[in-house]
Formats: sequence, structure tokens, C-alpha cells
Amino acid sequence: MTDTAVPYLTAKHGIVGLDEWELVVGLEVHCELATNTKMFCSCANHFGDEPNTNICPVCLGLPGSLPVVNAEAVEFAIRIGRALNCDVHSSVFARKNYFYPDMPKDYQVSQYDQPISADGWLDLADGSRVGITRAHMEEDTGKNTHAGAGGRIHGADYSLIDYNRAGVPLVEIVSEPDIRSPEQARIYVAELRTILLAIEASDAKMEEGSMRVDANVSMRRLGEDVFGTRCEVKNLNSIRSLGRAIEYEARRQVDLITSGERIVQQTRHWDEEAGRTRDGRSKEEAEDYRYFQEPDLMPIEPGQAWIDRVDAAMPKLPAARRQAMAAVAGVEPTRTAVVVAVDRQLDELGIAAIAAGGDPSRVLTHIEHNLAVEGAGALSPIHVAELTQMEVKGELTATQAKTVLAEMLTTGIAPAAIAAAKGFETMDTGALEAMVDEVIAGHPAEWADFVAIVAAGDDKKAKKLTGFFTGKIMQTSKGQADGKAVNALLAAKLNAGG
Amino acid sequence: MSAIELARSIRAGERSAREVVDGYLATIAEREPSIHAFNVVTAEQARVAADAVDARVAAGDDPGPLAGVPIALKDNLCTQGIPTTCSSKILEGWRPPYDATVVTKLAAAGAVSVGKTNLDEFAMGSSTENSAFGPTRNPHDLERVPGGSSGGSAAAVAAGFAPLSLGSDTGGSIRQPASLCGVVGVKPTYGLVSRYGLVAFASSLDQIGPFATNVADAALLLEVIAGHDPLDSTSIPGPVPSYSQVLSDGVDGLRVGIITELMGEGIAPDVRRRVEEAAEHLAQNGATVGEASVPAAMFGLSAYYLIAPAEASSNLARYDGVRYGLRVDGATTAEMMENTRTEGFGIEVKRRIMLGTYALSAGYYEAFYGKAQKVRTLIVRDFAAAYEKFDVLLSPTAPTTAFRFGEKAEDPLSMYLSDVCTIPTNLAGQPAMSVPFGVGDDGMPVGVQVLAPALGEVPMFRAAAVLEAGAPS
Amino acid sequence: MSDAITRDDVAHVAMLAKLRVSPDELDRYTSQLGAILDHARDMEALDLDDVPPTAHPLPLVNVFRPDVVRPGVDRAEVLANAPATQDDRFRVPAILGEEP
Repeated sequence: MTDTAVPYLTAKHGIVGLDEWELVVGLEVHCELATNTKMFCSCANHFGDEPNTNICPVCLGLPGSLPVVNAEAVEFAIRIGRALNCDVHSSVFARKNYFYPDMPKDYQVSQYDQPISADGWLDLADGSRVGITRAHMEEDTGKNTHAGAGGRIHGADYSLIDYNRAGVPLVEIVSEPDIRSPEQARIYVAELRTILLAIEASDAKMEEGSMRVDANVSMRRLGEDVFGTRCEVKNLNSIRSLGRAIEYEARRQVDLITSGERIVQQTRHWDEEAGRTRDGRSKEEAEDYRYFQEPDLMPIEPGQAWIDRVDAAMPKLPAARRQAMAAVAGVEPTRTAVVVAVDRQLDELGIAAIAAGGDPSRVLTHIEHNLAVEGAGALSPIHVAELTQMEVKGELTATQAKTVLAEMLTTGIAPAAIAAAKGFETMDTGALEAMVDEVIAGHPAEWADFVAIVAAGDDKKAKKLTGFFTGKIMQTSKGQADGKAVNALLAAKLNAGG
Repeated sequence: MSAIELARSIRAGERSAREVVDGYLATIAEREPSIHAFNVVTAEQARVAADAVDARVAAGDDPGPLAGVPIALKDNLCTQGIPTTCSSKILEGWRPPYDATVVTKLAAAGAVSVGKTNLDEFAMGSSTENSAFGPTRNPHDLERVPGGSSGGSAAAVAAGFAPLSLGSDTGGSIRQPASLCGVVGVKPTYGLVSRYGLVAFASSLDQIGPFATNVADAALLLEVIAGHDPLDSTSIPGPVPSYSQVLSDGVDGLRVGIITELMGEGIAPDVRRRVEEAAEHLAQNGATVGEASVPAAMFGLSAYYLIAPAEASSNLARYDGVRYGLRVDGATTAEMMENTRTEGFGIEVKRRIMLGTYALSAGYYEAFYGKAQKVRTLIVRDFAAAYEKFDVLLSPTAPTTAFRFGEKAEDPLSMYLSDVCTIPTNLAGQPAMSVPFGVGDDGMPVGVQVLAPALGEVPMFRAAAVLEAGAPS
Repeated sequence: MSDAITRDDVAHVAMLAKLRVSPDELDRYTSQLGAILDHARDMEALDLDDVPPTAHPLPLVNVFRPDVVRPGVDRAEVLANAPATQDDRFRVPAILGEEP
């Protein structure tokens, strides 16, 4: 889950220093489908095997071989299309013609003017919506290893090709240029990844290349209607590099424009180590892929029954789950705790705990701060509800509740029993006040200072002394005092003039 | 002796497959040097296969309907472990790791492959002059071409090297050489025979089909190789009817139309006369003969010479020196690929690759490829209209009898015109066959083409059987 | 239909098709391809505006296979056919430029 750990929590828009500019990004995400076999042949679709072991005449492009479409790949492609709110169409395959040694036929079977899915959208955790232009099926290429030049393509002596990946089924998801910040791009990819995992169409591992992202980036001055010239940034191996690359590319383009130069439409490659994009073109030739309908394959017409079947089996997707969690908790779906709950698969627990009488706000707090990292295991929603009820009643402080929750996770025991065993007891206001008075009496000089400082309005020093007294009181109470109640008592005593 | 009779006698134990194969191999040894029908003769494998057939007969098993029958395979059909070259330098030495579906089916039917036959490089041509390994000669006149592109397969049957052979037909490559060599050649309905293992020329047009000395053998061979193949997405599902059983049905009541557009200018008068005689013969046997019009057929040549090269330009991209076949090295992969393709392909192949690349390239697609696809629609429609009035159609197979070597080699367009009568069928995906029907003024064989709607092989074979019986000697 | 094919057009398609042509060949191909394309102009006589294209003669749709792994081909046999191999991979000279 490393890929999705951070972005929600830091989501904010814009790039520092480029206030007068608008970033325009469209993303092309390739995901390998989690089928048993390749797109057009019965070879295993499996990452990490010995080179050239999952090969046959078809995926090697041997003369005379012919492709046959994997039904499961079509099923997954339709699932992806429907999960992205696309219309699923009758579609045909086309050949995209260009020479490259990792492509056994020197054309790629893809979909061109009749993709299986088009015109959808994706609702993101930050409340924004990104249009989906299309999601089409195609086949993956083999993998080149470059010898010499530190494994880089430039300056390599020769290259070695493994065709295990050639013919692995892909769906390419093309977004509208609706993305306006590096953060939004990251959120988009994270959301897409969550969806792909939820519908079990892809394992979506950027680090293994089963999910690959290209970014079309352009800049325009705020208020302009027309898009600027875009560059396509490739070789983005993580969500982190996606954000970095977009920001770099944005600055590069603004620098060029402001120094009076023209942006040239081109493919650029992200260099993670150097933290910059580089010009990827070295070919003199203009691209001319000579697309035409693949004559070895027949059209795909899924029909309404198939689409209905996919819709009926569709699991609840993150946007809907955030809505549900937010509705039950009575908060906005963009609330961090809600986003985290869904992202960490804790929303079902949260909803059940609230349904069982849990305090919504405290349930969300536990999910966001105490359960997000390690997960909830087999935690009972009823126990979570009971825990928050104890907090509401003042039977447990926040600190105690956290301790009890940790114990609940490992033992599965009800919170009341744990609290009792730990000797966590209700401390009534009278006892607490007596304790506060005892501490003040024990530190007369500090208290005098405190009163003077507060009177002088020196917030910084006042804060420091608040911490001092709170700490002493908590120490005396052995953690059973409620922090809020202590603060309230201290404030009351200061107001009373000491 | 017919293939049918050979198989019958071998299955009955009246003669051994081994003695049959040895007999044909002897004929090959004698005449092959002057004809060059084969790129490779697989004598050893043939003897082993024949012995296996004999062993099965001895064991009381039935080796199948083509038990012990020698067959020659066009060298664009993949044969496991046996070189498959497409008569191109670029594939020289390549040994496929798999068999074409038709090759598997033939083996299962007991047939014995005797070798791989010569063709125009990648099946692009009408004379077999475009082979990288030298031309095949017409057994009826060694100074003349056998036609093409399946010239080797046609010549092999005509020369008695095998009673049967397989070819492939993209624009007439079975029917035209059958006509020029005086044998029967069948181009089946597109999708009737699996293309798996046929090295592609133009995927939406290519179809494998039989050559034989007679109609009944061709019908039997087609029955053996036809049928649905899950490895070919363009294979028609469903059972295959028996063609052999309809051969004696006659043509009484069959409606036969002569395609008027293919009987005019450009067709040699002696060829035209034979088609007219053929029609008369069918009429005498009870067929209703009339004039049929397929107006768009006249534009078939133009559409074909855009569509086929376009598909070919893509199909032939894979010959890049990376995975198999020829490599001519270079400093970079791009250079290596260019060196390999420049040296590995012959002139006609390059010409068609460039033509097809142009037809598909940005700015020209609509004007050429797009327009050709629309013409293809018109041809389909015109045939459909004609087949409302007729069960089968009749035309010459080729505009002339076999021409002499070099006669058309320098003028691609005149060579392309050899296919004018056969091309429309491929564009429509329909079956057609060439039946020998006498000779021309030069004494060379003339073929009459019988055309039928998609999956109309049954009426096609009925007409062919009657034509064969009435062919002038 | 467009203008006649030029020498530059032929040079361009040769480049796209990874074929090298000498100046002499360029002239010859230009005139031969020109003649073929000129013949194709007969299609201009047809009214094709409302005619849909036919890409394929068969009316089949939804031809699929089940997602079941089957054995492929023997690596050694395939590599034995390759012009150059190393470490069980296909070896090629330096690839210039970046992956498309």
C-alpha cells in the first residue's frame, strides 16, 4: 500500500510560485489485466518468470500464427469501463504499425476508432471529477534489457529481449485534460488503483509495471481558454514520481514560455535520479501508425446482457463508499477520516460501529489515527461502539481509549473488561479539582509566574506553562485525568486570579 | 490414378503406401530438375509417414480417407521442423516449431507430405517468377510460366509429382495456376479452411485450398481440410457438408450465369470461346444458363491492389531480423532491420509493401484504402444481387493461357491483370474453382471458373463435376 | 483522389517500411507505383459517398477463447531459430532512442 499512503492527506492544489498559471494534465494509465493467460494466446500471463518461457507462436509473432481473444480480458475491460462510468460499445481491434524489437509483429494490436469503453468519469476523494475519454484494450510488448551504459538505452552496446510480457492484456485508460495539480494527478491514480483492485481486474503494481502512467502536461495563463502545447511525460514508476515529474515539467514549460521560447510537442522521459524530464525523441521520422482494422480478429459486441451482468456483480466503489461512510457519520465525504476509512478498508467497520451506537466523531478519530496504519484485524464493531460510548460518558480519556483499543485489537476482549483490568476508572470532577489544587500548591513559584504571564498576554510562555501543569497533573493521576477537563480547570483557576 | 482410388486400395491393403510414395518420389527425381516445383522434397519423412500408414493398415486400423496419398504443400504452410520459406530469402532456414492446422488435419487423414512447393515470394505474383529460389516451369511447356502464386503446387500435380497439393489463394493464386497448368484448383469460402499456420499475405483475403487432377479428389481433399478451428478467429463454426456425395447430382435445374463483365475486353478470344462452350455443356445437361452482371467486379483489381498490399505491408513487418530468419547486421537495431529487409525481400514484395504503406499512410488512407473498402462493399452487393438470380456463376479463370517467362515481369500492372477474373471472389469471401476445359489456340490448358455464394461449395462442385465430364479432350 | 505519387512520397513510405532504396530504384518504384495508383483512379467513376466500407468478408462477432493456460513452445527450439541470443534472450544491436 506504499503507493497510496500519503496523497489524500496532503491534497492541495497549485504549484508554489506559479500562481498566475494553470496546469493542465491528462493521464494515460496502462494497466495489465489479471487474467491467467495473454490477450491473444494461451500462454501464462505471469510476472517474474524465467525469460522467454511463456511464449508460443502467437505471442512471438511467428509467421502463420493467429490471435484469438481471451474472453476474460474482455470481461475485465468491460468491468473497468463500467467502474469508470463509461459507455461500453461494440468495438474492433486495429493494428498500430511501427517497428520496435520488443514488439514481435512490429505492430501492436490495439483499439483505435472503436474502443470498448468511452465517455465516463472518475470522482476523486477531493471532491473533483475527472472525465474519462476512453478505456481500450491492447497487448503489451516484451521487455528490453540494455547492456552497458548502466542499463540505460542511450549508449547501450546491445539489448536483450524477453517476450514473456509480449501479448499480456492491457487496458489503457485515457483521461480528459481535467487535472489541475500534481496532487490531483496523484489522487486520480491512487483512486484508479483502488478501483482496479476492488474489481479484481488488475493487480495495479506500479513497481512491477502492471500499472504504468504517462502524463500529458501543458501550461496556460490563468483565464486563457485555449490549451497550451503539451508534452507527454513517460517512465513514471511511482505515484511519487508522477507528482514530481508533473511539477518539474510545469516549471520547465513556464520557464520556456516566459523566456519567449516555444513549447515543442514531444515525448519526454522522467529521470527519477536527476529529478528532471528529458527529451525522448531521437528519431527523425514523424509518427504515422497507419492504423487499420485487424483482419485476423472479429468485432466484439458485448450486448446489454453482458453489461448488465457486469453491473450487477460490481462491488461498491470508493466514491460510493465514501458517500456512505460520510452519510452515516454526518460529515462531508472529502473529510480526511472518511477518505482514509475507505482507502484502508475500514469503512465497513466504521459504519457498523456507528450503527451499533458508536459516537460518529470518535469512531472516525479512531479509524484515522489509531487504526489506519495497522488495520483493524477482526475488531468487533460493537466493541468499537462501546469504546466510544465509554469516552462520551467520560469513563475513559482519549489516551486511555487508545490504550484500550490497542488491547482490543490483540485480544478481542470487550473494552469495559480491559478498562477494568487496567484500573481505568472514572475520575469525578471533585477528585480532579482536588488533584489540580494539590499540584498548584506544590509549585507556588511556577503558578505565580503563570498567572503573571497570562495577565501580560504572553501566549508562547503561557503555553509552555500550561504544558508544565498539565503534565504534572496527568502524572499525578497516572493518566486517568481527562486532558480537556484539566485544561478547563486550569483556565478557571487562572481566571479566578490564582 | 486418382487420390480416391489410391486411398481406397491402400486402406484395402491392395497396395502399400510405401510403394505409392516411392513411385511418386521416382517421378519427382526424374522430372523435378526441369520443372522446379519444390523448394524441398521431404523424401525421408515421406517414407517414414508411408510406413506408418502401412503399419496401421497391417494392424487393422483405418489410417483415414487419404491413407498413404502423397501431397505437396505450398511452402507458405508451416511444417514443424521442416523449412518454411515462402520462397523468400528472409525466411531461408526457418524451421517452424509448429504445424499449420491443415497439415495436422492431413496427417490425421493419413496423407503423406512429399515436400514444400515453390511460390511467388510471400504469394505475391501470378507466375512464380518472383521466387527467390528461381521460377517453376509449366509441365505442359517448360518455356511458359505455371501461373502463381501457387505455381509449384499446380505444377506438382500437373507433372504427376503428387496426386494432390495445397495452395493458398489471395487473389487467384490457386485458380489461375490451376488454369494455366490444366488441373483442378479450389478457393473455398473464406473461413471454411483454417488459416492457422498459413503465412499471411493479406489476412482478409487469404484462403487455403486444394489442387487435384480431378474434381472428386479436390472435393475429398477439401472435406479433409475444412472445418472450424478454435485457433483461427476467422474460422466459420458448424459442420462441413459432404462435397463428394453431390458430384453425381448433375446440374438439372441449376441456374448458371455467365459474368458478362468478365467476358469482354482483355479476355483472349480462345479462352472466351471455351467458357461459352462450358456454358452450353451445362445447358445441355439441364442447367438454365443466362447472362449475369456484376458491375463492380470491374473495379475489383483496383480495390484489391490497395487492400491486399495494405494488409501485406503490416503482415510482413515482422520480418525484421530479430527473432527468426535472415539478419543482416547493422550498428543499431533500426539499421539492422533496414539492412535485413532491404536484402531479404525481393522487388515485387518491396513494391507491394510500399504500395500498401502508402495506401494506409496519413493523408492517403481515405483516398486509397478507404475507397477500396467501399468498392469491396459494392462487389459484395453486386454478387448478392447476381446470386438472387443464379446458383452459380461462370467466367474464365485467367484472361489467357500460360504466358512465357519474362513476358510480364517488367510491367507489374499487366501481371496484375492476370488476376482480374479471380480477384472479385476473394474480395467477397466467396468460393470459386477452376476446372480444366480444353486448350487454347496455343494448345495450352484453359480453365473455366465456377463461382458460388459464400458456403455455396455444394452447387459449385455439382457444376464442376458436370463440366469435367464434358471437357473437350 | 489525390495527386500522383512523388519520389518523396516513395522515399517516405520506404522509410516507414524500413526499406532502403537507391536513387535508381526510387525512380523505378515511383513510376511503377504511379501506374498502379493511376489505374486505381477508375474507382473515381463510382459514387461511393453513401457506401459503408467492408473491412472483412465474414459476419462473425465475439470469437473468444477460454482463459486457460496451455503449454507454449520450447524455448530452446525458438532460440535456435534466432539470429542472435544471449542469456536465453534475443539479442539485438543497440536500440537508439527511447521506447515509443
